[in-house]
Amino acid sequence: MIPELGHFALILALCLALVQAAFPLIGSLNRTPSWVALARPLAWGQFAFLALSFAALVQAFLGDDFSVLYVAQHGNTQLPLIYKISAVWGAHEGSLLLWALILAGWMVAVATFSRNLPREMVARVLSVMGMISIGFLSFMLFTSNPFDRVFPAPLEGGELNPLLQDPGLAIHPPMLYMGYVGMSVAFSFAIAALLGGKMDAAWARWSRPWTLVAWVFLTIGITLGSWWAYYELGWGGWWFWDPVENASFMPWLAGTALVHSLAVTEKRGAFKRWTVLLALLAFSLSLLGTFLVRSGVLTSVHAFATDPERGLFILMFLCLVIGGSLSLYAWRAPSISRGGGFDLVSRESLLLGNNLLLVLITALVLLGTLAPLLYDAMGWGKISVGFPWFNAMFVLFSPLMILLMGAGPLTRWKHHSPPELLRTLRVAFVVSVAAGIAAALPLLTGSISAGIAVALSVWLLSTLLAGLRQRLQRRSGIKGLLADWKAQGGRAYHGMWLAHLGIATFIIGVTFVTQFDIEKDVRMAPGDEIELNQYLFRFEGAAPHQGPNYRAQRGTVRVFKDEREVALLHPEKRVYQVQTKPMTEAGIDAGFMRDIYVSLGEPLGGGAWSVRLYYKPFVRWIWLGGIFIALGGLLAASDPRYRMRLREKVGARAAGKRFGAESTA
Amino acid sequence: MMPSFVRYLTPLVLFLALAALLYKGLALNPREVPSPLIGKPAPEFTLPELKDTSRQLSHTDFQGKVSLLNVWATWCVSCRAEHPLLMQLARQGVTIYGLDYKDSREDAQRWLQRFGDPYVANAFDADGRVGIDWGVYGTPETFVIDQQGIIRHKHIGPLTEEAIQREILPLIQQLKGDKG
Repeated sequence: MIPELGHFALILALCLALVQAAFPLIGSLNRTPSWVALARPLAWGQFAFLALSFAALVQAFLGDDFSVLYVAQHGNTQLPLIYKISAVWGAHEGSLLLWALILAGWMVAVATFSRNLPREMVARVLSVMGMISIGFLSFMLFTSNPFDRVFPAPLEGGELNPLLQDPGLAIHPPMLYMGYVGMSVAFSFAIAALLGGKMDAAWARWSRPWTLVAWVFLTIGITLGSWWAYYELGWGGWWFWDPVENASFMPWLAGTALVHSLAVTEKRGAFKRWTVLLALLAFSLSLLGTFLVRSGVLTSVHAFATDPERGLFILMFLCLVIGGSLSLYAWRAPSISRGGGFDLVSRESLLLGNNLLLVLITALVLLGTLAPLLYDAMGWGKISVGFPWFNAMFVLFSPLMILLMGAGPLTRWKHHSPPELLRTLRVAFVVSVAAGIAAALPLLTGSISAGIAVALSVWLLSTLLAGLRQRLQRRSGIKGLLADWKAQGGRAYHGMWLAHLGIATFIIGVTFVTQFDIEKDVRMAPGDEIELNQYLFRFEGAAPHQGPNYRAQRGTVRVFKDEREVALLHPEKRVYQVQTKPMTEAGIDAGFMRDIYVSLGEPLGGGAWSVRLYYKPFVRWIWLGGIFIALGGLLAASDPRYRMRLREKVGARAAGKRFGAESTA
Repeated sequence: MMPSFVRYLTPLVLFLALAALLYKGLALNPREVPSPLIGKPAPEFTLPELKDTSRQLSHTDFQGKVSLLNVWATWCVSCRAEHPLLMQLARQGVTIYGLDYKDSREDAQRWLQRFGDPYVANAFDADGRVGIDWGVYGTPETFVIDQQGIIRHKHIGPLTEEAIQREILPLIQQLKGDKG
């Protein structure tokens, strides 16, 4: 009975979405206040029904109701509680329900936190989000209903994919979906602005915190995914350029470009068309990711049930959403006014350069992801695009981007005299080149790549410090820092600082772990000792171990450095009861400067195992960078100026700025 | 100078090209990776037999008959799914060799006892080294090999009723017909 209630709630949510997509929008165009006023209650209604539906599915998993097909496929009585819950979004149907619920959650957030916005604007934004909701709800109801029954009901369920039975992966999809779906808010703001024909600094200011929060979630989701791949897949890799990973990375890149471009539009009224296009692009790439993952057009290590029929449905939906929004763009963009002009050396130029590079990288990732499909479709044969291609392209473009990133925040809007800028940057430049050369010396690393990475990181750090110094001088020293925290624009600045510091950390992590990691595949019998980069590994054998729903061979490895025991590791080889797939559980000793990573291979008889040992320097810095970036984004999104009464003030300021810009153009 | 409306249509045009590509992609199967081995002699190997360790199995065993080589492992769920189909093929008189890939001898023997043994013989490839020479991508995979020991077809993933009826069996018939 409860699954039927869940199904019914889903249908009601779709009905509400249909009303929400039409009435508030039409009401905002022909000025019918009662229709406009429908937007907020409808958003709440949809959220309530979807929450009900989601609760029904959770209940089916908790109660092991195997008469529901989806539960029979992915649930199991033996699953630990946390994985019974995460199994709800562990496969296609349930993850769509989570998608739809999160979309409704964002709608409610927009409805709640938009008291200061013009009513018509809110109505249009919510209507556009309603249209997206229609697509996902009907996709679920027509092709992927999580509440389908099965008769006769099996006695035991097929279990959640063991790869996904992991705390990191329990929260990775919700975070990622928060990001994907969150991009729909910026998208809807852009569509609403295009529809209304009014595109000004106020629009950018409204979109900014929403975009930032969605982008933060995307950052957290990607970081978690990378961390999970590192410890769960047992290869010690942290990024694989898998189509599904690329599907999350492309919206992140576009979102990063959007966050920066919105800053220009808000502060200077420039780049309006470009910003709108990026807002459309970021969400379109989120949708495209969904298509790639679920349609089966590309192979991936991520095992999603794929189905060409579902693929066709999503493709039609893509055409409606992306095709429709780009048509609207082509129609409306020519009438968008130009913003303030700027000189070649100005913060606008540098941000434009950064934006172009980000979009270029996005396009290259898209090309690399789709190349196998393109070759196949054109009959040019089959290819697979691997690591070397993606890595080469990153190594090519990111240094350029880092140079701009360092200089950007130190450059003034509109115009900065080149000699003056060079003077500001001189110290940072000398310091970073010196640090790079020092790092590349044979005494330290003897690696040119490491030298370049250190130089780029120090460049970011020193330019950030130079910027902070300037800011503190202007604001009476350290005392000013506290006031800055409360003032408008303060947190946005410090958020930028933290996020850029995250990039510096990330570069060090990536380069050092790529250049200096040491890996050894060895046969180890109990009592054997192997030395790897000053660490001595002693294998003490493997013993059977019984988990809640798996049995395992659990190895014991003691690690010594300078005669002192530094770590006791227990790598495991697990076999889950239902899906008898062997899983590797690595034993990791995490450290700020290095990880020690041991994974069990195959048993070789006589108690001996093939064992893989890794020494991974600075690998934590990769995720530490991700955490800094996310925290920076949150800090920026919490800036007080997004919470002021916007309507009057922004109008006045924007008008003033536009006037100022025209006088210099 | 480009008329401005053309400029603003560019994103739409690019998207439509992409959509057309994706539409075409729906009809293609990315798992259908052609093996460079097709039309070439079976890669050389010599491995111990699974049940009878004193026996050796090698590429020369394929000579003189049309046979299948099925790459499988006990840890592979899809292998379990295709197993009944292999049993059925064996009953129909198709010669099936097995390559037990990265597996343990005990597990594999228990598996064959429990689910039945469709193989005339199994090469035991404990460390997967022979699998590499054969370009094994993931279990299960099935090769069709002709009388001269030349690989004629490779099926990736679990065999299906449809694949057997439409590809494998007709190919076996045709190969047998070629040489009487």
